[in-house]
Amino acid sequence: MATAEVERKRGQLAALSIAVVVVLVGVPLWWRTTETYRAWLPVNQINELAELQLQLSVDVEVVFSRGTLMPEQQKKVPFTRTQEEAQKVDDDTTLRYRYESKYRTANIMEEDALKQPTAAEADLSLHTLSASPCGSVVVYVIPETSVLLPQGVDVYIGHRRTAVLRMGAPMSVGKNHKQLLAHLEPRITQVVQVMSFSHTDITAALSDRVRLSPGSKESLADSMRSFKSSPGYEITFSLLNPDPKSHRLDWDIEGAVHSYIQPLLTKLAPLANFSIDSQILYYAMLGVNPRFDSSLEAYTLNADSLAHVINPVEARLGSNAASSNPVLNFLLYVPDAHHSPLYIHDHQKQPVASNAFHSPRWGGIMVYNVNDLYGRGETPLPVNININMEKVMGVFLAQLRLMLGVQSSPAPPGFLVEPCGGAGLADWELDRLMWSRTVENVATATTTITSLAQLLDQIGNIVINDNIASQVSSTVTSLQLAVAELEAGNLGFALQYSKEAILASERAFFDPSLLHLLYFPDDQKFAIYIPLFLPMCVPILLSLIKIASEARQRRKLKQSKKD
Amino acid sequence: DLNDKAGQFFNSGHTNNWAVLVCTSRFWFNYRHVANTLSVYRSVKRLGIPDSRIVLMLADDMACNHRNPKPATVFSHKNMELNVYGDDVEVDYRGYEVTVENFLRVLTGRLPASTPRSKRLLSDDRSNILIYLTGHGGNGFLKFQDSEEISNVELADAFEQMWQKRRYNELLFIIDTCQGASMYERFYSPNLMALASSQVGEDSLSHQPDLAIGVHLMDRYTFYLLEFLEDIHPSSTTNMNQLFKVCPKSQCVSTPGHRTDLFLRDPGRVLITDFFGSVRKVEITMETINLSSPMEPLPER
Repeated sequence: MATAEVERKRGQLAALSIAVVVVLVGVPLWWRTTETYRAWLPVNQINELAELQLQLSVDVEVVFSRGTLMPEQQKKVPFTRTQEEAQKVDDDTTLRYRYESKYRTANIMEEDALKQPTAAEADLSLHTLSASPCGSVVVYVIPETSVLLPQGVDVYIGHRRTAVLRMGAPMSVGKNHKQLLAHLEPRITQVVQVMSFSHTDITAALSDRVRLSPGSKESLADSMRSFKSSPGYEITFSLLNPDPKSHRLDWDIEGAVHSYIQPLLTKLAPLANFSIDSQILYYAMLGVNPRFDSSLEAYTLNADSLAHVINPVEARLGSNAASSNPVLNFLLYVPDAHHSPLYIHDHQKQPVASNAFHSPRWGGIMVYNVNDLYGRGETPLPVNININMEKVMGVFLAQLRLMLGVQSSPAPPGFLVEPCGGAGLADWELDRLMWSRTVENVATATTTITSLAQLLDQIGNIVINDNIASQVSSTVTSLQLAVAELEAGNLGFALQYSKEAILASERAFFDPSLLHLLYFPDDQKFAIYIPLFLPMCVPILLSLIKIASEARQRRKLKQSKKD
Repeated sequence: DLNDKAGQFFNSGHTNNWAVLVCTSRFWFNYRHVANTLSVYRSVKRLGIPDSRIVLMLADDMACNHRNPKPATVFSHKNMELNVYGDDVEVDYRGYEVTVENFLRVLTGRLPASTPRSKRLLSDDRSNILIYLTGHGGNGFLKFQDSEEISNVELADAFEQMWQKRRYNELLFIIDTCQGASMYERFYSPNLMALASSQVGEDSLSHQPDLAIGVHLMDRYTFYLLEFLEDIHPSSTTNMNQLFKVCPKSQCVSTPGHRTDLFLRDPGRVLITDFFGSVRKVEITMETINLSSPMEPLPER
């Protein structure tokens, strides 16, 4: 009676306390010990960046020289105009182009510079007068009657960031301000688009985000040809000598690289690091047998067989094992004495002037014929041959420019573009490259970071370490800064921030710790937990139910006692 | 004809080829899995893909196994007709390095910084990748090293991560295991084409034993695949539809399957060499730069 009651009460207390301990201590302990450590990620900001709204601002300075403006138009100068154009690329990406143009008249020194006999010299002296910052364009407008530009040429684009534009006839332009602008603005926009970026260039740079079907075969070829943006590139120059018995080849590669290639690479330093090496391969044959063409008394390689030339050679080229940067290979092939001279023919069976070909995202091969450097039969073999590096580097430099994306879409009609010559790269070409690389970097970094956030969200049991969280945060910060600098028109800073963003995002995405190794389907999870928890929970639950039903019975008894 | 040739350039969007060839079983009696992988390796090299772009993972060393009566060889035909080991095989992951973790790391690129170039899959958005797996498998999994397994969900997720980071242009997945079709059931990323040697519920059978070596030398599907590939040369125009016909039920006993719904191009227009070979796209260099004018030193800005 009393002891049974005490016993029962003790039983109830025991069951209740066990239940309390399990719920208050056990469950939190189990939760803490089985949860994965996930550092905090700025998910909101990442989602904001997923919707990319880029504004690209270009500063344009238009300088009128004497004789271009009517008196009425002269009164309005100097003035500033801003043009904005918005383009929606797809649901998540919008682009805004902003051209801020400052119009002014030329000062005395500029007038003197424009009086030079040729456009190239004018360009040189104009450059010494002003330093246009990275990303800006200066257009000098000269009267229609000026002889600075040759006949038929309306626009001249020099080595720096200046262009010279020939004004139309005063009759066609008109007298007042509005007519002047109506005549000039479309032409200036065209010049600016050639020298900085056009909508097609920018959408091509966004290809990581937006898989648009390419507009034309040329743009597809361009996008396939140039390497994607990378923090570094490796360039390897190889000399292939299949016939060392006949030729002893000598090439001053170090000097050639220093004089011809290094200026280009120094100019491209803000974009990427370059490491150069060179090698000589003996007894390396091309994989294709050239055909003998008796009309030319030479061997020919036609365009179709070129595709099979690279593979056998590539196996022997080797690469720098330490870095994972993309490699550009430039091969100089000196044909063996039995297959000399060797010419490359294009699809129309015409010999190619450069005697060279290139493969997208790989590099280029040039065939260097030496048979005219020694007579027939009399000279003792092997013949010492000094390779003309200037000719060779001229070809390699052109191929290098193509591989790196300094693309050369043909200039619009009436444009005269100064060839880049020894510098390897004009300033405005560098600007073009910087614009498209910055946009590409921003696009790639945003897709990387958004897909990383998505991935981490979907897979609940990947551990997110602190270093990953910090990389992600720094990516977000750099991206926001890059977008802001693009809006402000500071191309140099924008490129720098975009590079930092890409490096941080790649480091975060490819961190070795983010490997989802264990996939637990739900039935496996239940199979593990049920044998552990069910035997423990069943008695507790049953006793709790018993306590509850007894309590209800007692209350009913009390109720019935009361009435 | 001229336009056609120019059209060839644009037919496929890839500029380079990669291959990831994995044999997942160890022990001497699984000789045939190593021979399978080495046969595909041999074909792929013959058709032009260099070692620097092949990641070869062999879980055990058959050529130097104590039980191999002909050391330094791995044969694929009975009567020892074809030695697929050769002189210049380059195995990137060998023995115990072939694990699910390493395989997924290679695919997703999440390798430690100290990994050398030869052990990485350095593909980009214009790479066509061939992935070949062989070993013992079941419904939804593939067994690695007799101790762990990779599930079809993990594989599909790995491919999705590759897609997110644009690590491939198009991917061809071939698997020669029992119930191989289950491994490609869960794929959901675009531009994937898959072939398997058997359907769910079927076993893939081996081809022929060699009495001198004492084990089965090849699996049927890969044996007929190798025969098919021996007829392909770098400039052949055979397309994928022919590949789907390799090893019909009469020869293979199991029913090979394939999956092309995720692939954007029509398989009839996809060349075998788009994946197994490395046909380069080539352009003639039209411009050169005139370097003969003396270089004036650029004024410092």
